[in-house]
Formats: sequence, structure tokens, C-alpha cells
Amino acid sequence: MFYIRCPYCEEHRDEQEFHRVAEANLVRPSDPDGCSDQEWGEYLYFRKNTRGEYNELWVHSVGCRKFFNIQRNTETYEILNTSPV
Amino acid sequence: MTEINRLDSGGNIDRTQKITFTFNGKSYTGYQGDTVASALLASGVNIVARSFKYRRPRGIMAAGVEEPNAVLQLGKYEATQVPNILATQQEIYEGLTCRSVTGWPSCDVDFGGLIGRFMGKMLPPGFYYKTFMKPAFLWHTYEKYIRKAAGLGRSPKESDADRYDHVHHNIDVLIVGAGPAGLIAATRLSAANVRIMLAEETTEMGGSLLSSQQDINGKDAKVWVKAALKDLQANPDVRLLTRATVNGFHDHNFVTVNERVTDHLAEKAPTGQARQILHKVRCKWIILASGAHERPLVFGNNDVPGCMTASAISTYIHRYGVIPGSRLVLMTNNDNAYHTAIDWYQCGRTVIAVVDTRPNPEGKIVQKVREMGINVFAGKAVIDVRGRNRVTGVVIADIEPSGQAVMGMLTTLDCDTVASSGGWSPVVHLSCHTGCRPKWREDIQAFVPGSHRENILFAGSVNGHYDLANCLQEAVNCADQIILNESLTVQEVLGDFKVESALEEPIMPLFSIPHTKPVMQSPKQFVDFQNDVTVSAIDLAVREGFHSIEHVKRYTVMGFGTDQGKLGNINGMAIVANALDKSIPEVGTTTFRPNYTPVAFGTIVGRYRNQLFDPERYTAMHRWHCDNGALFEDVGQWKRPWYFQAYPGEKMQDALNRECLAVRQSVGIMDASTLGKIDIQGKDAREFLGRVYTNAWAKLAVGKCRYGVMCNEDGMVFDDGVTACLAEQHFLMTTTTGGAAKVLEWLELFHQTEWPELDVYFNSVTDHWATIAINGPNARKLLSELCEGIDLDKDKFKLMDWRQGIVAGVPARVFRISFTGELSFEINVQANYGMHVWKALQVAGKKYKLTPYGTETMHVLRAEKGFIIAGQDTDGSVTPLDLGMDWCLSNKKSFSYIGKRGMARSDCLRKGRKQLVGIQTKSKEVMIPEGSQAVDNPYQPLPLEALGHITSSYFSANLNQSIAMGFIKDGFNRMGDTVYYPQPDGTIITAEICSPVFYDPNGDKQHVE
Repeated sequence: MFYIRCPYCEEHRDEQEFHRVAEANLVRPSDPDGCSDQEWGEYLYFRKNTRGEYNELWVHSVGCRKFFNIQRNTETYEILNTSPV
Repeated sequence: MTEINRLDSGGNIDRTQKITFTFNGKSYTGYQGDTVASALLASGVNIVARSFKYRRPRGIMAAGVEEPNAVLQLGKYEATQVPNILATQQEIYEGLTCRSVTGWPSCDVDFGGLIGRFMGKMLPPGFYYKTFMKPAFLWHTYEKYIRKAAGLGRSPKESDADRYDHVHHNIDVLIVGAGPAGLIAATRLSAANVRIMLAEETTEMGGSLLSSQQDINGKDAKVWVKAALKDLQANPDVRLLTRATVNGFHDHNFVTVNERVTDHLAEKAPTGQARQILHKVRCKWIILASGAHERPLVFGNNDVPGCMTASAISTYIHRYGVIPGSRLVLMTNNDNAYHTAIDWYQCGRTVIAVVDTRPNPEGKIVQKVREMGINVFAGKAVIDVRGRNRVTGVVIADIEPSGQAVMGMLTTLDCDTVASSGGWSPVVHLSCHTGCRPKWREDIQAFVPGSHRENILFAGSVNGHYDLANCLQEAVNCADQIILNESLTVQEVLGDFKVESALEEPIMPLFSIPHTKPVMQSPKQFVDFQNDVTVSAIDLAVREGFHSIEHVKRYTVMGFGTDQGKLGNINGMAIVANALDKSIPEVGTTTFRPNYTPVAFGTIVGRYRNQLFDPERYTAMHRWHCDNGALFEDVGQWKRPWYFQAYPGEKMQDALNRECLAVRQSVGIMDASTLGKIDIQGKDAREFLGRVYTNAWAKLAVGKCRYGVMCNEDGMVFDDGVTACLAEQHFLMTTTTGGAAKVLEWLELFHQTEWPELDVYFNSVTDHWATIAINGPNARKLLSELCEGIDLDKDKFKLMDWRQGIVAGVPARVFRISFTGELSFEINVQANYGMHVWKALQVAGKKYKLTPYGTETMHVLRAEKGFIIAGQDTDGSVTPLDLGMDWCLSNKKSFSYIGKRGMARSDCLRKGRKQLVGIQTKSKEVMIPEGSQAVDNPYQPLPLEALGHITSSYFSANLNQSIAMGFIKDGFNRMGDTVYYPQPDGTIITAEICSPVFYDPNGDKQHVE
């Protein structure tokens, strides 16, 4: 079970207080209606799924309800950093 | 039974406390401090089990958790049954009752033994796969009988009477194992002001020192252990756990420890005590000092009772005062096992010979044994064992220095016990649980922990340091490394020691002893005793093409079972390597996974059982529902009334018909408190709603409500509900019961990550309000009797209005919204007033025959009106357009709301999408089961082309016919067409596509006077 430091609560808590939401730093296109199907499809469905260092969006769901980024290694499960969005 | 093998003195048992217990129906005695295994050995019991496949008699082989044979079913009563308890771990208490888990009718006389003796050759690995493959349809018949023969213990049929607990710890250092390394590391750290937990699997701390004759600081090692423990117990920052197995090492130094608190006391835990505790430990550092298990050598008939590991014999002598035989032959490939010969000799019993496989053993201890007058045969090995229910002798022969073949003459020696030692296997299990692989050390012929990222350190024999001086030094170094890394200040330097180094000669790389006959014809040489895996089985598996160790494991079942191959796995891997002509590290190990030893389900579950298993949520009116015949439906964690029985035994369909008619004819009342409610405030609240809902919110006035549909970015519907404008910057959003948490998180996600510039705040108020819906032509009349401060006139309080007022004397928000198509009010009061208002309505409602109804009637009524339920009529692949809800989409909004671009993708706009329509069966009384697929022609060749499935299907009492909604390809353009629903029983239901609005299509009913 991960031990995660919430950057808002500034405390380490067990993984069960959190859950993973998505890849971090996905940017919603500023003009969705101007996007082609291809571009919108990229935003909707395509993710990096990196083996190694990866940024993820997590939420402190039963804590402060804040979303934040976790930089972690998907191979070793090390958490390198957590930061506010 | 007399304790023929009990020594007159010695052992850490309380000889004043005699204990009687029952094994396989016979009564035995032992002393306080005995395990079942030591007591049985003391009484001269040879056979404790029958082997899994060949049903051979088996005895106790080891003294600890690595024991493969002595597996017990514990418990006198049904509720206290515990399967798969190791006799070597279970301490005896007065009245303990246990049985072998194998053997029929008993393990002494087992009819299955005949199969093993005469048919052994016919049971190769993969026997079941190979034999029972054909014909396939008979497998279920075979399986029944195979399952009966397989398996070890049985689970109890009654619920466990004991309590189990979970305890969470946040500590600095967890030390696994209280042998010499663990004890000295704890001692040294105890001066550094850190929180320490020292967990020991056995009943007593001290590990190998408890059965050693070495000195520490010039005194008996046991004296040192006592002193160290006394100091540690005095330190409040040190937590000492015995009978506590560290079972799992998880990510980020999270460790699970299973403490057997009262298993040694009685059948049932004493009042107020938990039987077992699962400690969930988060620690900064771990020192793994889990020690090593001795592995036996593999030779012919090495499973005959009386064959044991050498160190187990020493443990029985020193810790329990039990010597498990009279005449010993000891086979070894290393110096360490000679201690056992000395121990045996000093008990006054005969050591027939030490058989050393090394050609020229000349170590100090070998000399010592020779000087005692014990025969030491060098360059020889035991190749076969005589005897069936107990060893009667051994056959020894010269072997080549390579250990690959037998040379020269065979000699037979009479003996009743064969001890063997093939060296030591470090207990690396925990070090591998997070994915690290162990590494092979050729010099000690063993796997040691591999490199690690986590804060885990290794000390003592787990890291291959078998010599006491090295072991203690490494543990001291580990403690110092933690002190240095954490910049700890130490009050005094503890844990200095003086120990004489015992120099040993190197071990001979030897795992399996050759025989004069080739492997396939030699006597059975067992590798994995619990699963009856032999050298020849492994050899066959390799010849049949299984080359990966993981494949060999699964084909031969080596390393499965309750012991997970603790005793035999390393031997097995070496034998595979030999058969493949590879090195051991090339073959590698199988994967070590948590848990290290079996854990009772009770311990894993802890207190989270029965009503604590999953929280149940009740509304404020729950008690009334219970008292008035409600049957409940689970919606998420909520208990919602499903329907109410007017009298006990009323049939469900009768109740539904009665409730449905009552609502449409007079008035019904429903508890709608479980609907999700989110309070939204802020000056940009209105803008925010416009972005997350598909319809427009800019002009919704205070006092008005609006129905909204929420979509994902892909344009698919995911929730719906009514939102009310409470004030210019204040809204109350309702969601589906099951979707409440999901919707709140969705709103927060977009606010926090996409539009943080919007000034808006969200709060869940689901539990704050009780919601009572009254529906039916008499709803206004009923409400008017209890309501003050609201003008209920139909033109003053219109559909989709809400008003603040007083209902039954308490403040209320009343919403005129309808999910049934009838005149309807939803009364929201503070939850504490919910029951009061509900009861007041019941009293006032008597003259209108006010009828309570549940979720099922609500479903029927809304289906009569063609209203959807998100999650039932949608499944994440449906756009509002597919539902015919284009009226709910606003294309005038400046902001591209969530879902807009998604539902404009070419695939969402194409022709031939499945669309939600009404389905009317030709025979009006026939109901189509939900999930049924529509086809145009039920007689077309297979596979049938499916047009879409039924999402909702009910019998409507108001219309006296069945109604249904479902998806049909291009359904909006196919009104009036006939489709068919083939059923699993071969019947075909014929139906017609129609509008989903079956009742009151013009919507007049919700505007009655």
C-alpha cells in the first residue's frame, strides 16, 4: 500500500485515503468545437502509460478532496514527488 | 502413552505443568511449553500424515514453519475448527483436540496407501491433465471425485466464535526475527530514542541461541539472551511481539504482522481478548533478521518417518527435552550439522555414524566428533532408507567427489533416525515481496537478498552470515547505519559483544544424492513432501519440455500447498538446473509472494464482518419503513424501501400493482432522501452549471428548478437530476442515489484542474435533508393540510417551481417536480425532522388512502412516462441524442460544455446508432426479460444480428399490460416495426417498436387542480 504525502494536508497518509484519477497535465483543448475528431480523440483516449517515471493526477478523496500530482515510477512504485495542481 | 523419548532434564518446558491433549482420537501428554510436534515425538508417534498423492506414511521432519507433513485440523467443536495448523507451531493446552488432515480411514491405516505402493509409477506429473482430458463432458464427473481426494484441512461450517483485531502502527524500525541478529540490533537501537518493534515468529526470543552451546561475552548464550530481553522490556519505545509472523512486505515499507495472541491458551480466546491480531506497520526502516532454514538432502525413500533435518533434532533436544529416536545416522555436506551428532551423543543415545558427502572433511568440529568416538564416513552418502512406518536402516555408498554418481560397494547400517543437512537456505521471502530477486552465492550455496531501493537492511544468516560473530557484527552495523542516516543521538553505546569465531570448512554443492539405478527406476526421492514431488517427476517435466522454473513448478506442483515449498524449493531448483545443465542462478527461483505463512481469514477480516463489513446508510424514516412492511433494496450503501407489503406474505407483483394504482388514483408517498444533494455557491456557480450540464442555466430564476443531464467528455450520459436556484449565487443540485459521490468529485475535478478561476464551492448535503415525495391527484390537497406560508395554487406554484415554507410545523423547501407524471411535491426538511413530517403526512393522508411506495413502483411509474434512469437505461455508451433528449441540449451557450464536442464526433452522429424506444409486446401480458436482445428475423442463420437490448421492463397495473424500453438500431425511424426477442428457453417474444411514453402522453396529469 502506497504511503502518499498530500501536498495540501502536508502529511503522509495511506493509499486508501486517495485514488488515482488520470494521467497528469492533460490539457483540455481551449476550443473543443474547433478540434478535429482526430485531435479530440487524442485528448479523450490516448495516454502515455509510461514504464518508469510518470506523472499522475490523484485526489485525496476521503481527506481534503483536493486534486494533486504524483510523480512516481511505475516500475518500482517509488513516489518521487507530490505537488499541487 | 508414556513419553519414551522425553529426556530427564533440559528443554524450556515447565515440567510441573502436565497437559493432556488428543491427536487422532488418542490421548497424549506433554508439558507446558511443548508444541504438538514435540509432544508427539516425546510419545514416540511416528506417523502424523499420509502423503498427498501416494498416501505414504509421513512423520515430523522439521521443528518450525518449514514443516511440510505435520499439518493438523484443530478444534473440538464445529465453530472452533481451524484447518492447516502446523504441529510444529501449535503449542499444546489442556484439552486440545487435533487430527491429521490426510489419511482415510486414519493416517495409521490408509487404504489409499495401496494405490501409492502399486500404482505409484502410474501417477506421473500431469496425470490428471493427461488422463481426464477426454471426453470433455465427463470432466465435471471426474472433478467431483478428484476434489474429494485432494486438499488438506476443511473450513468450519459454523461461524467463528472468536474476535480478531487490526492494529495500526507508525514506527521507526521494525526488526523481523529475534534471533541473535535481531536481538542485538534492537539492543543497540534502544539507546537511540526510536520506536522499535521486534517481531518473533516462535514462542520465545533467542532463535538459534536457544539451541546453541556457544558463549557470548564469556557466558552461555542463553544468559545473554535473557539479559538483552530484560533491558528491551524495560524500554517503553520497544514493542516485543512473540508468536508474531511478519507475513508481508509491501510497498513503501508497509508490513503486515500476524500475532497469534491466544492460539496457545485454549480452544476459544479468553473473554475480552482477540484470538489473533493483524498488525499493520508503516516503518521508516526494516532490519530483516529472519534467519535461515536448513534444507534436507534428497535421497531414496527420504520420506520414511524418522528422516528429519539435523537442526530440527537439535531444536527438539534443546528446547523441548525430546530426542526423537535411539540410533542416529547423520548425513551432511557441511560442518554445521555435526552439532546435531554431538547433541545426540550427549543425550546418551547412539550415533551410528556421521556420513559426510565431502571427500576429506577435516574441520575443527569434525575432529571433535571423531574424538568422541563417533564413526565419520567421508565421501559417502545415504542412498536409500529401509523401513515403511519408521526407519529401520539405511544403505550407504561411496559417491564421486562431484556428487553425480555412486561408486563401489553398498553397506547397510541399522538405525531408527536419519538426520540430513544439505546446508542452509536464508529466509529471503520478505525481501522479494516487492519485486526484488534474490542473488545466488556460490560460496555458501544459497540465495541471499538482492539489492533494494527501500529502507531495508539485512542481518545475520538471512544474508548468509551463519557464523555467530559475523552475524552479530552485521546486525550492529545495520543499527549503526540507521543511527547515522537518521542523525540519531545515542545515550550510550549498547550491544558490544565478544564471541569466538567458529571456522567452518566449505559446504559441498550437493542437493540430490545419486542412486545406483537411474532416476526413473530408483526408489522415490522426495523433493517436495507436501505435494509428493520427486526427483524423477522434475526430471520428467524437464524432458517433456518445461524449462522455465515457473512452468516446472506449475506442472509438478512443487512449492504449492500450505508450506509453499519452504523445505524443498531450493533443492528442486537445483535439480532442475542439473537436469537442464544450467547453473542455479540461471534457473533462478520462483516468485515469493505475500503471505509468508497461511493467515486465517478471520485475521484478514478483523472486525469488518457482519454489520461492520460494509456500512449501511439509513434515511431518517428508516424505522417507520421497517415497522410498515418494507422490503429493502441496496442502492450503493443505502437501504431503500423496495416495496411495502400491506400484509405479511403479500406477493411482490400484487404490492406493486396496489402501489402503482394508488399513486395514479389518489396519492402515494415515497422516501427520496437518498438522492444525492450538492450545495453549490459562488458568484460563478451559474456559469459552472452551464459548463457541466448540457442545457442552459443562464436564465434560471430564483425559485425555479431545472432538469439537467451530465455527460462525460466523450458525450455519453453519466448522471442526471434536478437543480434548483436557491439564490442568485446559490444552487442545490440533486444527483442519482448511486452517483452522488462520483458527481461531486467530477465537479471538483473540473473546478480544481480546468477552471480554478471560477468562484464556486461545492458541498455534499445529502445527509442533511430528508426528502419526502408525494405523488398523485390528491397530492396538493394533502400538502395544503400541513403547509403554511406557501401559496399552493396551481398557477402560483407551477411545475418546476420551488418554495420555502412550513410543513407540519417545521421549515421546509418544497419542490414541485415530478418523476411519475402525476401532480407531485418533494418536501425537503432538515433530516432530524424527517420522521416527524413523514408521520404527520401519514396521519393527514388517511382520508386520501395515502400509500407508501418503494423504488420498484417508482421505476414502473417513471417507465410508464418514458423517463430514463441514468445507469439503468444508460451504460456509458449512450448520448442524449440516442435517448431522444435533444431538447436537453443547448447550442446557444458560449462555452463548449462538457460532452458537446464528444457527442459531435462522427461516430455519435452516424446513422444506425442504437436509440432508446418503447417496446410493446404483441401479447400484452407477456413481459420481456431485461437484457433480452432484439432481432429482425429470429430464423436467420447464426449468429443472429442483434439490434439492441431491453433496459427496463415492467408490468403496468395502470395500463393493464407489460411495458418496456430498450435500444433498437435506428429505432426512432422504425416506429411500428415488429421485432423479436428470442429467449434462452427457445421461445420467441414478438413485440412492436413504439414511443416510450405509454401513459398520459400530453402530460395533463401533472397539472390537475
